[in-house]
Amino acid sequence: MATIKLKPYKTPELYLEGFNISPDVFVGKSPSEIASLEGREGKTRIELGDFFEVSGTTGATASDTNILIDGDCSRVKYIGNKMTDGSITVNGNADMYVGGWMKGGSIHVKGDVDSFCGIAMEGGDIQIDGNAQNYVGCAYRGDWRGMRGGTIHINGNAGNDIGTFMLGGTIIIEKNAFIHVSTHAEGGTVIIKGDVQGRVGGQMVKGDIYVFGNIQYMLPGFKEIGMIEHEIVGEKAMFKHFIGDLGERHPKSKGKEIFGNLYLRAS
Amino acid sequence: MAEFLIKNGFVIDPTQKINGDIADIAIKDDKIVEKAGPGAKIIDAKGKVVMAGGVDVHAHVAGPKVNIGRTMRPEDKLFKSPHAQENYRMEMGFSIPSTFKTGYDYARMGYAFVMEAAMPPLHSPHVHEEIHDTPIIDEGALPVFANNWFVMEYLKNGEIENSAAYCAWLLSATKGYGIKLVNPGGTAAWAWGLNCLTIHDPVPYYDITPAEIITGLIKTNEYLGLPHSVHIHQNSLGVPGNYAVTLESLKLAEGVKARNKFNRDQVMHSTHIQFHSYGGDSWGNFESKAKDVMDYVNSHKNITVDLGCVTLDETTTMTADGPFEHHLNHLNHLKWANTDVELETAAGVVPYVYDKDIKVCGIQWAIGLELALYAKDPSRTFITTDHPNAGPFTRYPRVIKWLMSKNAREETLNTFKHCSKVVDATDIQSIDSEMSLYNIAEMTRSGPAKALGLSHMYGGLGSGLDANVAVFDLNINDMPDDPQKIEDAFLRASWFIKSGQIVVKDGEITNHGNKRTVWVNAKVKENPQVTRDIHDKFLKNYTVGIDNYSVRDYLAPNPYVINVDVEA
Repeated sequence: MATIKLKPYKTPELYLEGFNISPDVFVGKSPSEIASLEGREGKTRIELGDFFEVSGTTGATASDTNILIDGDCSRVKYIGNKMTDGSITVNGNADMYVGGWMKGGSIHVKGDVDSFCGIAMEGGDIQIDGNAQNYVGCAYRGDWRGMRGGTIHINGNAGNDIGTFMLGGTIIIEKNAFIHVSTHAEGGTVIIKGDVQGRVGGQMVKGDIYVFGNIQYMLPGFKEIGMIEHEIVGEKAMFKHFIGDLGERHPKSKGKEIFGNLYLRAS
Repeated sequence: MAEFLIKNGFVIDPTQKINGDIADIAIKDDKIVEKAGPGAKIIDAKGKVVMAGGVDVHAHVAGPKVNIGRTMRPEDKLFKSPHAQENYRMEMGFSIPSTFKTGYDYARMGYAFVMEAAMPPLHSPHVHEEIHDTPIIDEGALPVFANNWFVMEYLKNGEIENSAAYCAWLLSATKGYGIKLVNPGGTAAWAWGLNCLTIHDPVPYYDITPAEIITGLIKTNEYLGLPHSVHIHQNSLGVPGNYAVTLESLKLAEGVKARNKFNRDQVMHSTHIQFHSYGGDSWGNFESKAKDVMDYVNSHKNITVDLGCVTLDETTTMTADGPFEHHLNHLNHLKWANTDVELETAAGVVPYVYDKDIKVCGIQWAIGLELALYAKDPSRTFITTDHPNAGPFTRYPRVIKWLMSKNAREETLNTFKHCSKVVDATDIQSIDSEMSLYNIAEMTRSGPAKALGLSHMYGGLGSGLDANVAVFDLNINDMPDDPQKIEDAFLRASWFIKSGQIVVKDGEITNHGNKRTVWVNAKVKENPQVTRDIHDKFLKNYTVGIDNYSVRDYLAPNPYVINVDVEA
């Protein structure tokens, strides 16, 4: 696998929209061609070379191309936007929309990410070593088609609105989350290893939520129907099984109503 | 202002029965003239088609409904809003484009006039603000009347003269163009959680039927002698089997003659007829009744229709048919907005995805095209998509492609998952006819201009008409084998001159033009009863005072007023 390296040498004054930082765009281009790719800083058109030193080579295909961003991207948005293959590693933090609309490949951010990580993602893997802000794996504002596939793994905490309108795929939060998990979801799995404050599964139609810690405020639309043992992400545990959101419409399959499942680890 | 000579193009102008003759079109200031002076700027249209500016008889392009759609659908702009071009405003959105994109895209397609199809009277100031904010194109707006308390009361008592006096007052108060009916009676019934699905269902409280409202407003319209006829969105829109209601409503126009000084022949314009030409009694046995509907329209010359073609896009439905939007929301479970407009109307907005792999959507697509292909008189059958309800207006060129090319229709049909079921439920595969450029000009230019009573301004290239001339990169004697090139040519005009100014060159906007708002001022003799009724209702029922109701002049700063003197 060929590696192309982007070394940040200047911090943008406004936020930089790096929507071209993707193996699909970089493939087959020389470092100087990559340096001249378009980005935006506010409403100003910039080139990636204005902020990054580009070196190395790209592979013959996107899948053979690894992008290494060797430095902090706290002010760079849209890393891995719409990527389908290959990999991106960020040795530092990244701003909003990491892996947005991603279809395949993998992204590894060694620091924290801001909001909208994995927004409307369809496939691939995102690994965040630090914390994520809000809207992990959510739908775009107003859209009813959220994350469809792939995996987002946040090693730290996450904020609010995780998996909004989720249709498929998996989100794993190793530590705590704030509020609004799988709101309006119609599929997919969200696993929170720590605590959640509340509003878990509001208006959820289908899908699964696992919470290993506590839910401080349970929604009234969920009903406990029993205990169940599950093995999930390598951990076997007993869970209280809730179904909901009972205030929402639910489709029928083979004459049986399908609900969203909330599994809360029995203490 | 200047002089232009558009030289050597294939001129297509149904108003003068010119079909592709090579001729020159001369422009002086904002009018088409017989001859250009020696200093005229020459525009070379050799090998290209020259038509009048397009006229859109029905589109939802301005006002509160459209804005609710924009507000509730930020996703409509996602990845469809390129960064701003130098000197021109940013363009945003797809099915509910920003005002600037609306003006630009119509101009790129060579359209000169667009009728906003449903103006809630109470919100007419907003409609006019948006119209003013939409560059280049001339626009008018049709206020909605068929669920209005005044109108229902007058018509219940058979008081046509009072109804006319009220309509004339409202047209002038809202700077409106003509009389629009949306789900007559049904929208009023919606305030009680009900609907009128046939034209004989009584409207709660008012004890009047949709049939009486339609008949009464036709009489009102012809009493006033307005440029346009009543413009009706019929009852039972979008319901399987509704073609029977459609035919029954069309029959209400039988025997009525148009009375006006604007060269209009029809007394009823039935809009987005595609949504009203459905057979079957459920979505399971849903089928096309395009032939039945068009057979009737073909044999009755006092009716015009527009298509409302489904374009198989993700779009935003919006209508003053409040109960229909509620029904639609229960079908697709997406977002729903609903508004009641006191005393006057209601509205709803729901996003909708016309998916080519859903059988019903495929059949709807076929019905829209069948209606056009069955039309014996294309100059009474206009191309629309009921923008944005069946698809965005930027798909008109695609509709033209489908109508002009059997291959293009087949190509689309063959991509359907349920192709054979769509073929079984429609006639689309057995129709071989292909429309000509002349037919397209009738359906997008001369026809709608005449139906709107605007044939003295738009729709043709005769001398004295407004200088709206579009040049498309198509050779009438050597039409492209690839039908996609037809769509491309109509999507981006080579040249578009609007009111004597070049506003588009090679498909790009070059000028913000000088748009106008066209409205109708019908002058009736003083009617003390109606004046008192208006005064009373504003005191008792409206939440606004009458002084705050009317559209002030500054909201329509570039008016073109058509005066109608009503002889009682």
